[in-house]
Amino acid sequence: MIEIQVTLTQGAFSLNTRFDLEAQGITGLTGRSGSGKSTLCACIAGHLRPDQGRIVFNDRVLFDSAAKVNLPPAKRRIGLVFQDGALFPHRSVQRNLTYGAKPGREKLFTEIVQMLDLAPLLRARPRNLSGGERQRVAIGRALMAEPELLLLDEPVSALDPGLRARTLDLIERVQMRTGTPMIFISHSPQEVNRLCAREVILTRGEVSKITKIDRSKPYLHLAHTEDQKWAV
Amino acid sequence: MMGLSDMERDALMLSLQASSWAVLWSLPFAIILGWILGQKRFPGHGLLNAFVHLPLVLPPVVMGYLLLVLLGRNGPIGGPVEQIFGVRIAFSSTAVIIACAVVGFPLMVRAVRQSSEAIDPRFARAARSLGASELRVFLTVTLPLMAPGILTGMTLAFARAVGEFGATITLAANIPGRTQTLPLALFSVTQSPGGEAAALRLCILSLILAGGALLLSEAISRNVTARVSA
Repeated sequence: MIEIQVTLTQGAFSLNTRFDLEAQGITGLTGRSGSGKSTLCACIAGHLRPDQGRIVFNDRVLFDSAAKVNLPPAKRRIGLVFQDGALFPHRSVQRNLTYGAKPGREKLFTEIVQMLDLAPLLRARPRNLSGGERQRVAIGRALMAEPELLLLDEPVSALDPGLRARTLDLIERVQMRTGTPMIFISHSPQEVNRLCAREVILTRGEVSKITKIDRSKPYLHLAHTEDQKWAV
Repeated sequence: MMGLSDMERDALMLSLQASSWAVLWSLPFAIILGWILGQKRFPGHGLLNAFVHLPLVLPPVVMGYLLLVLLGRNGPIGGPVEQIFGVRIAFSSTAVIIACAVVGFPLMVRAVRQSSEAIDPRFARAARSLGASELRVFLTVTLPLMAPGILTGMTLAFARAVGEFGATITLAANIPGRTQTLPLALFSVTQSPGGEAAALRLCILSLILAGGALLLSEAISRNVTARVSA
């Protein structure tokens, strides 16, 4: 269970949310631009300090203003994937991937490289990658740090439509294979409907609606077989 | 070195050495200050910024005089240093280095600051969320990405130090073989009759030095920028 109670005022904008989430599958976080999606995400990841509130992930208190608990981002075990990847430009793909890895994770590295089809890219520099490749590396980099929760901030918004669909498939398969719960920020209802088990809608800094998304309908892309490669 | 008198050779070597030491000694402070001014917001930010820039806007002679007051035999720093270590700062080659460092410092801080402001803040956030400590983020992400700015700052400060005149002559005087740098030697030969040939040689030397520093830094900077740009 993820408990998120956050109050934060920044100038004219104020964020005021109070909700619980199942720490399972993919949760969509949607709302218009300026509704506070990214601000809320920054609070969860620990890059912004809420004025007040409490953030608890599976009984692990990440932030509690009353108890004066505020874990630094490095201790929260929350992975981030940004819109265009935000890969370290001065490091090769391989050295991006291993940046957050604990020592002795060669096996995990091999698995992730294989799962995301990164082997041909390892020696490349981020500036020579396509948008889709960057996102694959960004997801791999986050996974290498073995996060307990993955925050994806508009991870496909910068991609063209065909690539977007394939990257969404990839995210879904990564989720199923690793079991890492994800929060997927998006302004696109189609993306959220396609990917998420539930949707949290933010309006002007407050949660206006939480809905369960019916995933019982058969979904085309779930029919992939395990050994299939994802050409993103 | 053909055709150079002892005085000219001494001046050249002193200028090279003093400017290099000045840049190297002030480098860590300039990096940290530039980074703080570029990344952090705190009360007194503007005041610190103004203070760092003082040597840029004050006449160098004023800067040299203020340093002389501080570092001279009876000064609040120079006095104790002479008593404890038996070293005189003023009118020594150390004074030349200090004068060069002080006037070049703001140029270095500015360049570092600008490069630190240009770094996408998401890189540091990503690194923090990957479990890196603030120190590790600084050393492995921020510092390499600031490298082009640091190099630019070093070149500017070096060039400024090689050309430094006012603060040096005030704090270190113009002692041939000891505190006489290239510009001071040039000044001396232009004051003496028949010094035109020497003046020309020193002018050419200055030109070679400044041009060489510029070309070298351009080459390094192009290389480094290509390595760190997104």
